[in-house]
Order: sequence, then structure tokens, then C-alpha cells
Amino acid sequence: MPAPFITGRASVTQVMGWVLIALLPGIAVYVWLFGPGILITLGMATVTALAAEAAMLKARGYPVKPFLVDLSAVVTAWLLALSLPSLAPWWLIVTGTLFAIVVAKHLYGGLGQNVFNPAMVGYAVLIVSFPVQMTQWAGPLALTGESLTLAQSAAAIFGGLPKGTLDAVTMATPLDTLRTGLLQQHTVDEVMVQPIFGQFGGTGFEWLAVAFLAGGLLMWARRIIGWQVPLAFLAGVWLTAGFLHFYDAGRFGAPWFHLFAPSVMLGAFFIATDPVSGSTTPRGRLIFGFGAGLLTIVIRTWGGFPDGVAFAILLMNVCVPLIDQYTQPPIYGATRTGKDTQK
Amino acid sequence: MSRELFTFHGGVHPPEHKSESSGRPLHPPLLPRELVIPLRQHLGNPAKPIVEVGQRVLKGQMIGEADGYISTAVHASSSGVVTAVEMRPVPHVSRLPDLCVVIETDGQDEWIERTPLDPHAMSLADLRMHVRDLGIAGLGGAVFPSAVKLDPGAHHCPVLIINGGECEPWITCDDLLMRTRADEIMDGVAIMRHLLGSLQILVGIEENKPEAIAAMQAAAARLDFAVEVVPVPTIYPGGGAKQLIYTLTGKEVPSGKLSTDIGIQVFNVGTAQALARAVRHGEPLISRLVTVTGHVLRPQNYEVLIGTPMRVLIAEAGERDGATGVVMGGPMMGVPLASADVAVVKATNCVLVRSAELFPPLPRELPCIRCTRCADACPAALQPQELFRFAKAGDFGRAQEYHLFDCIECGCCNYVCPSHIPLVDYYRYAKSEIWAREKEKRAADLARERHEFRQFRLEREKKEKAEKLAAKTQAARAQAASAQPAESPATAPSEADARKALIAAALARAQAKKAETAPRNTEHLTPEQQRTIDEIEARRAKIRELAHQPLETEEKK
Amino acid sequence: MLAAIGVMVLLAVAIGLVLGWSAVRFKVEGNPLAEKVDAILPQTQCGQCGYPGCRPYADAIASGEADINRCVPGGEDVVKKLADLLGVDPKPLDGALGEPKPKSVAFIDEQACIGCTLCIQACPVDAIVGAAKQMHTVIAKECTGCELCVAPCPVNCISMVPIEEDLPHWKWKHPVVMMKTVRTETRA
Repeated sequence: MPAPFITGRASVTQVMGWVLIALLPGIAVYVWLFGPGILITLGMATVTALAAEAAMLKARGYPVKPFLVDLSAVVTAWLLALSLPSLAPWWLIVTGTLFAIVVAKHLYGGLGQNVFNPAMVGYAVLIVSFPVQMTQWAGPLALTGESLTLAQSAAAIFGGLPKGTLDAVTMATPLDTLRTGLLQQHTVDEVMVQPIFGQFGGTGFEWLAVAFLAGGLLMWARRIIGWQVPLAFLAGVWLTAGFLHFYDAGRFGAPWFHLFAPSVMLGAFFIATDPVSGSTTPRGRLIFGFGAGLLTIVIRTWGGFPDGVAFAILLMNVCVPLIDQYTQPPIYGATRTGKDTQK
Repeated sequence: MSRELFTFHGGVHPPEHKSESSGRPLHPPLLPRELVIPLRQHLGNPAKPIVEVGQRVLKGQMIGEADGYISTAVHASSSGVVTAVEMRPVPHVSRLPDLCVVIETDGQDEWIERTPLDPHAMSLADLRMHVRDLGIAGLGGAVFPSAVKLDPGAHHCPVLIINGGECEPWITCDDLLMRTRADEIMDGVAIMRHLLGSLQILVGIEENKPEAIAAMQAAAARLDFAVEVVPVPTIYPGGGAKQLIYTLTGKEVPSGKLSTDIGIQVFNVGTAQALARAVRHGEPLISRLVTVTGHVLRPQNYEVLIGTPMRVLIAEAGERDGATGVVMGGPMMGVPLASADVAVVKATNCVLVRSAELFPPLPRELPCIRCTRCADACPAALQPQELFRFAKAGDFGRAQEYHLFDCIECGCCNYVCPSHIPLVDYYRYAKSEIWAREKEKRAADLARERHEFRQFRLEREKKEKAEKLAAKTQAARAQAASAQPAESPATAPSEADARKALIAAALARAQAKKAETAPRNTEHLTPEQQRTIDEIEARRAKIRELAHQPLETEEKK
Repeated sequence: MLAAIGVMVLLAVAIGLVLGWSAVRFKVEGNPLAEKVDAILPQTQCGQCGYPGCRPYADAIASGEADINRCVPGGEDVVKKLADLLGVDPKPLDGALGEPKPKSVAFIDEQACIGCTLCIQACPVDAIVGAAKQMHTVIAKECTGCELCVAPCPVNCISMVPIEEDLPHWKWKHPVVMMKTVRTETRA
């Protein structure tokens, strides 16, 4: 084997491991807000993902162990689990994870080859196919006064909770509430007085968003992700929402509210930054992130679903080859203005 | 001191491992029993052998002469007898043999007569010819013939940069050279300045070599012209020519062009020192400093005669059990060798012995996840992940569009890749494949041209023949018409006789010639005569064989 | 009704004129497709394809007379490139025409050469020098390895010498990476 004969410490396992670590604050807040049920969801998604990954690797003739320990399947599983409602039934979790790993990842060629972010493909399939189940969010602690116990969550997830009880513990998310309110011809201000809209991004949800933000900053500090995609994504959301809000505050939600709906933070730092399906050039990442942010608001405002992060990212995934082609950075020795002549 | 420095894109910080070898003093040259001196040690055309087997050569005697402009001479590193001019293993990544002159040393180390040169008493062109005939080539690794680089030609080179960067881990030979022979380096710089007419001279040395910086600054202070010794940040590949140029001047060498196009010429410190020895003492390039390090008992820098087998050096430095291979150069860009039995050449800056502890096998390769750490680390600001994709798929056109040929093969992308993909390998493969295809294309174009010309020639010959025939028949007819009677019966037989006589004469001539060329007096030969004849015959056969090897003078540049 | 017919006729005439004019104005000299095909062919001029040279074969391919799998020295690589150019499926080489051999050059044993010039006449690229009754020799650099000189030689003094890999001709190999586990085929 020719040079180089040494290598740095970086490995795929390390990269994916840091993503998982950066998700921990978000998971902790999740548990505090909605009860330990998320742990069941995470566990189920992880087991399903690993089993599906192993089976697919075997079927495709790849060695199982080195590809399993790269943790990429676990990252997909966790991201999907965190996008699902806290009381999503077990079969929803399994279906979504299977679809993400088997179809979106391995049928596209496995690690490094998938055009679309697998977790978001799984999410999109679920929300298109099972819109009702995808709204089973438990009410946050601050509103219900107590979070669900592990047993209660398990009961809900495995279908042990009768319909009435389930309805009693679930609540519409702030985005849902806003959407429904606006559809009923209320103005934003009228809707936003409801208790579900906390200080800036929805009671409870806003703190989840802050936890994801903290995890994202950790990843940035560890150079796991670059700053371009998250910043552009957030800017895309904030500017688009701000523009609409400024245009008609009665019909369009405030930019801060949109920014701190947790899906935006999760999407900006953890999902849009997925290197495989994202842009690879610095300028391309700005375009990719901004486009995803803009589309998120467009879909939230005019689309058929309450949230648009997943669809926005998937749509931008499609554009990546084009973006990359036209945003190639100048190389050393390319004539750059102001660089050829000594500064 | 206050020079503004520029930071180039990318770069990595691999563990330096310089202290192992830099602490020990310089080891004087060893005199091995056998020297194997390759004739292709530099870029460009290989030197042409000018010695014969059995001939005694002196230390410093030219054994291969420069062949063409981009070439340089090769010299005997010690006195002795030429025992062979043959294909021997050389330190090349292909592990293929190449033509070498093998000298059995006689232990006397007897110098040939050396004549110091006076650079001011001769024309610059003459001086460059002497530099070429003294075998000076870039000692930084590229081994480009220095005489060519010392010819400013149409370019004006106001800036001369002396490269003491030495950014590769493990290697410390330039460090030692600067610490011990700073004045000689500066003397070489003075000669370069004379040849190039440089106005500004910068010496770039990485900050991890404080002793070398101090020694060079002291030497610079003793000069009668200004030389600025600039400590530059320690980062790999900060000692790459293009990177050092950017660090020191903020200028980028335009893609596909040479640094001389922006008025800058770069030389390694070792080249400057070798130039000083050549000009002031008339000594050709027959030795250089080599770091022997890695898995040996006493890592150290050696002054090494060119042609010394690496095994001799490793033995002197203390061989250890558990060695897993020898590398010529550093761990980032070095050449893995088939064995330590190859010789040190002008390009050898380091003999690095590998072991499983120091150089554990690289982890298993995984698919590219497009994380772009490679793009962040690339000192040429390329997109290595895209180049990899195209090279792997054999889409060489696209790879070239993405500036494959701006890759300096420094290995940074490899180093940072979390999937441990041998990226540089893919680029080298793609480059070599593109070169081969271009060569094939040129050969095909030549063949097409020659074939078309042949078609044209045949056509023309046919036409000419037809015209001639037509003219002849017409003439004959005219003649027949004008002078029909009388003579014809008389002349006809005589004409036939004449023709017969002619043929007989030609036959006799041919026979005589045959008799002449056939070896005569071959019956009563003494054994000595027979041996001489056999030798001559063997040489003839050899020459024939050589003549039939494809004429290969073009080299990738 | 009449007006409609009139308009259509006028239109047809006008378009016909434009077409006719552009056919003259933008006439392409030669056959551009044949040129492109010729550029892909290796120019060995060996005639193994059944045509007297690369160009005639290229013309035949361009006009659709010949198949793309007849160039033996070009091998699979050329077939693939031709398939790409013509937008057809690549197919295996026509085995009846011969097997691709390693690239070689002709070598004349000068001891045995009688100077008959037959090989000089056979060489399609004039890569053999020599005159009548003088020893002949091959210019290795210009030899395409077509083997056309081998058969005419009355004393069999021409042999094909494969080009061995040496330093200047050496190429980097495609990196060998074992990502998949190689499964031995049990069916075979």
C-alpha cells in the first residue's frame, strides 16, 4: 500500500458517535417534558435499525461487523425516533425505521450512497401514510402538570391504552394548533393566546429546541459539522417567516415561534447537516441550508402538513448535485481577484 | 521579522517524530563494498552511461552524461572498478529495475582532479553547463535538474525562495544541514542569486527547528547581501513549494503554470549546499544527507554516498526485529520499497523503517460519507471527495475538470479521511491512466498520419508510373515511326548481348562483395582472438537489443 | 378552401427553400461520424476487422455496414467507447477475428534478413526502413504491432516482441479495496 502510511484519529464511528452524544441533551429534555416514553421509542427504533442493517448487509454481501459499528444506522434510528410523536404506536416506529434503513439507505447503495436522508424518508412515508397517528403527542409537563410514567407510555405505544384515555393525554402541538386556528379564520394573535404557546416557541417544545441547539453547537465545536448549513437553515426560516410576519402579522406566525419549534433545530443541526445527502461545497451548503429553511416555512404556511422540515430537506436533497456542480470553490492557483496581486 | 505571513488552505498536523533523529550528530559517510548508481535519478532524460565494465573510475568521475536539456550527469561516488552496467532494482514505487552502474569500491576513495569554478569569470550559460555536468538536481524530493531551474530564460525571477520547511514527519536531514552547514548553504544562495539575478531572497523554515533558524540567521547576517530568514508556522505540507510561496508572499502559482511565471523560483536548502560544493570545490553531487529513522536502534542523520545500499545504513543504525518494511521518504509521501537492498539516490532524504507499532496497518476502508474533511484539509483547495468519485468510476475527463492535476499528492486527504480511503492512490492511478491514454492517443495520431501519407504516396507513385509508361509508349511509337527500317536487325542482338554482359558483371561484383564481407582468416585463431571476437559479437548483439527497445525519451513532467 | 391550399403550398415552398439553402450553406465536408469513429480506433491499420485499414472500417461503422465489435487490437475498451458514441449496447468482441494480444512491436532478425523489401511494402505506416538488398530494421516507436509484415517475409526473420513494462511505461494500478466479502460461487 503506497503512502501515506499514517492516518488521523477520525473514523466514521467517531463522527456518528458524536452525533449521538450531541443528541443526548435533547433526549434528556424530551424525557423531562414528555416522560420516559421516548426511551422506548428510541430503543425500538435502534433495535429495528440494527437488525435491518445487519440483514441488508448480509443480503448484499458486505461484512456485517465493520458496517454495524459505524453507528450510522443508530443515528438514523434516533433522528427518526426524535421526529416521531411521543406516543407513536410501536408499529409506526418499526415501519418508519425499516423503510428508512431498507429502502432509503440500502436500496440506494448503502452507506454514503443514499440520495435522501434516510430518517426523513422514513418520516415522510409515515406522515403521508398515517397522518392521524403522527399527531399523537403527549401534552408537555408544564401544561398537564405531570409527565407520563414509563408504564403509561409503554401502554400507549403498544396499544394498551384505550382510545379515550389516549385522547385525554394527547394534545395538539403548537404548530398544529396554529394551523388549525388559522384554518378556522382566526388571526395569529387570537390563536397564540392559548397556553400551548409558551414564551417563544411553544410551551415545553421551546426548551426541547434549546437542547437541540446546544447539541448542535457542541457538534460544531467538535468540527463534526460546519457552520454553513445550520446557520443558513435558521436564517432561511427566520427571514422567510419574518418577511411573511412583517407583511401580515395576522396571518403568519412570528419568526421566533417558527425558529423554536423543535423540528427546525433538529433539522438544522442534525438532519440537514447529514453529509451524505447534503451539499459538499461551502457556498453550496449555504444555498442548501437556506433553501431548506425557506421551504420549511413555505410548506408550514401553505402546505398540507403542519410541519415542513422533512419535506424541505428531501426537496433540497434532490437539488444537491446541481448545487454542487455550480458552487465549486476556487482552487489554489485559480485566478482570484485580489489574490494574484499581493494584498 | 515583521514579514506578514499568509495561511494557505487546509493542511494537517501529524505527529512530528523529529526528535528521534535530530538529537544525534551527523554521521560521516560509510564506504560500502558495492555502489549501485542508477542513471535515472532525476526528472527528464536519464543519463547516458559513458563507462565500460572493467574500467577503473575515480571518486567524482562522470559515469553518465546528461542527455538533452532536461537532464543531468551522474558521477561515481567513490573510486573503484565498474563491475556491471545493468538493470538493477531501484527505489521506485513500481519496484521495476532500471539501468545502473555498479562499482566495486577499492577503499582508497581517490578523488578525480577537481577544479573550482569562478562564477564571475564565465558566462552564465557556461556556469549552468558546469552545474549540469556536476549532476546537481533538486534535493527536496522532485530531483528536477537544477541547471534548468537556474535559467531564468524569458522569465524574470526577482524572488528567490530557499525551502527549509521540511514539513514531513520523521525527516530531519535539512534541519541538520542548516544547523551544521548554514554558511555553505548561503554560499550556494549567493551563486543562485548570481545566476537568477534575484532581488529578494527569502528562506522559509518551520518553527519547529529553532536551532536551524538561529544558525541560518547568523549565516545570513554574515553575507554582503540581504537574505531574510523567515520562521513559518509548522503545518504539513507547509514545506511544499506552492504552499511555501503562498505562506511567504501571499501569491498563488497559477494552475498549470510554474512559479517562475509569477517571478518566483524555489530551491531546497540541500540543493543550495550542493551547488556551493560544486562551484567552489568542483565537487559533483555524489553524497547527500539522509535521515535513517523509524524502527532502528539509533535514528540518526548520515552523510551518504549516492549508490550506498540502504541495508548498509540500516545495519549501521542498528537493525531491530519486527521491521515491516522500508520507506524512502516520510510517512506522508514516501515510497514503499520492496526491500532495503536498493541504493540511496539523489531523491532519498530519508530511510524510514516501519514496524507494526510505529505504523499500524490502516483501518479497513469504508464508503465515502462525503463529510468533506478532505476538502477542508486539501492544501490545493480541491474537492477530493469528487475527484475520488470520478477516479474510482474511471471518469477521467470529469476528474480533470475538477483539477486532478493540481493535486500535489501530499496525502492530507488520506490522513483526515474517517473512512480511511486511500484517496491519493486513486488520484495517482487516474493521473497515470490519463498520461497513458494521452500517449496512446499521440501514437494513434502518428500512426494515422503515417498511414495516410503512405496511401497518398502509393497513389502518387501509381500515377507517376502510369504517366511514365504513357510517355514511354508514346516515345517508342514515335521512334518506331521515324526510324523503322535498316538498323533494327543489326542492333537488336547486340543490345541483348550488352544486357547479358551487364548482368554477368553485376553477379561477379556481388560475389566479390560477398567474399569480402564474409569473415576471413577464421580458421587459425588463437583463443585470445576468439575471445575478442566473441566479445565484439556480444556487444554487437547488445547494441542491437538496445536499439530495439522502444525509444523512450519523453518523461512525465 | 383554395386559400388554405395556397397557404400550405406557399409554406411548403418556403420551408423547402430554407432547407435547401441550409443544406448548401451548412454542408459538412466528409463524414463527421466516421471521423469520430476513426478517432476512437487504435490506428493499428492491421486489417483484422476485414477492412483495409482503420479509416475504411470507421466509414463502414458510420454507414451502419459493419458491427462495432470487429476491432481486435482495440479490445473491449474500444467496443465500449464506440457503443457510447453510437448509442448502442456494447457487445463482446467477435471471437472469430482473433484474440486481443499484449501490445507488441515487430522485430527483424538482421542476421537473417535478405533485404527483399517485402515487409517494407506490407507495412501500413512505413515503420520499416531499408532498401533492396540492404538490411531492414523496424522503427519501434512507429510500429503499431499490426503483424502485417510477418507473413510476407520469405525467410521468417520477423517476430513480434511484446512491449515489456519498464520504468517510463509503468502505470499505477487501480487501488485494490476489499469492501465486500468475496463469496465463492457455489453454482459454478
